[in-house]
Amino acid sequence: MNFAVLQFPASNCDQDAVHVLRNVFGHSARLVWHKENSLGDTDAVVIPGGFSYGDYLRTGAIARFSPVMQAVQTFAAGGGLVLGICNGFQILCEAGLLPGALIRNRSLQFRCEHIFLKTATPDSPFTNQIPPEKLLRLPIAHGEGCYFADELTLSRLEANRQILWRYVNAQGEATESANPNGSLDNIAGICNEARNVAGLMPHPERACEQILGSVDGRLIFESVIHALENRSSALAQESPAIAA
Amino acid sequence: MKAKIIITPKKAVVDPQGKTVQSALAHMGYKGVGAVHVGKYLEIDLTGTDKETARKQIDDACHRILSNPVIEDYRFEIE
Repeated sequence: MNFAVLQFPASNCDQDAVHVLRNVFGHSARLVWHKENSLGDTDAVVIPGGFSYGDYLRTGAIARFSPVMQAVQTFAAGGGLVLGICNGFQILCEAGLLPGALIRNRSLQFRCEHIFLKTATPDSPFTNQIPPEKLLRLPIAHGEGCYFADELTLSRLEANRQILWRYVNAQGEATESANPNGSLDNIAGICNEARNVAGLMPHPERACEQILGSVDGRLIFESVIHALENRSSALAQESPAIAA
Repeated sequence: MKAKIIITPKKAVVDPQGKTVQSALAHMGYKGVGAVHVGKYLEIDLTGTDKETARKQIDDACHRILSNPVIEDYRFEIE
């Protein structure tokens, strides 16, 4: 598979994402600079963490108007898979590709620690390989990860099963003390209604190798890869001549 | 001309900065201080001369990039 990892001024998890996709999963991954107008031959896009454009104005506010994000809008509109991590999640919300917004942590503190996630919706391209009831232990590192949406948007997210992950304690309970940033309904990650664009605040790319203390992040990338493989085999069945 | 823009968090959005400032003011002994909302102030120099054109342009910019309508309200004056 060909992954495009976007790179903005002050992205800082771009190399981690490329490393994991290439060296842990053995797929092709290339960095795409924010000034590029095209994503090239791409099966999925990863918008990595960082502080794009210095977080000026609001997190993700300026990045969303970059040339490469126009290409991502088109890619997403055509059903392409897009995963935004941390700052990538903030950018997707600013771009209107995901509903809601990420605001200052309720504690006003930058939180840098490992948390537990529980998958709320297992049948998405981003969660399909996560075993039922499995809690993911992943690192977070953010000051503005408090998910906010108005009541109508929240009820739609719930009704359409767009909430992918919630912050929970070690027993899997979505309590207030397990919520590191004050996110409404303990929301850590969501997808769009079409289920091809997702964002989350925790960093799965920092939890794919045992030396880093957790490999739970692999399950999210494995889900994306599984979804892409399913798509290409479905495509091959529909048009065998092209596949050959 | 100059645009003077004030952006504030929507009332429904939790504003931890505002709450922290409010309790700091109370701790310092200021009486009668209610809810505090911390926002942003922007000043933009404009080279045009037509106020109505400027108003439309700034309103569009406020809506598209300078504020996020999901979490913020804005108001502005053109002087």
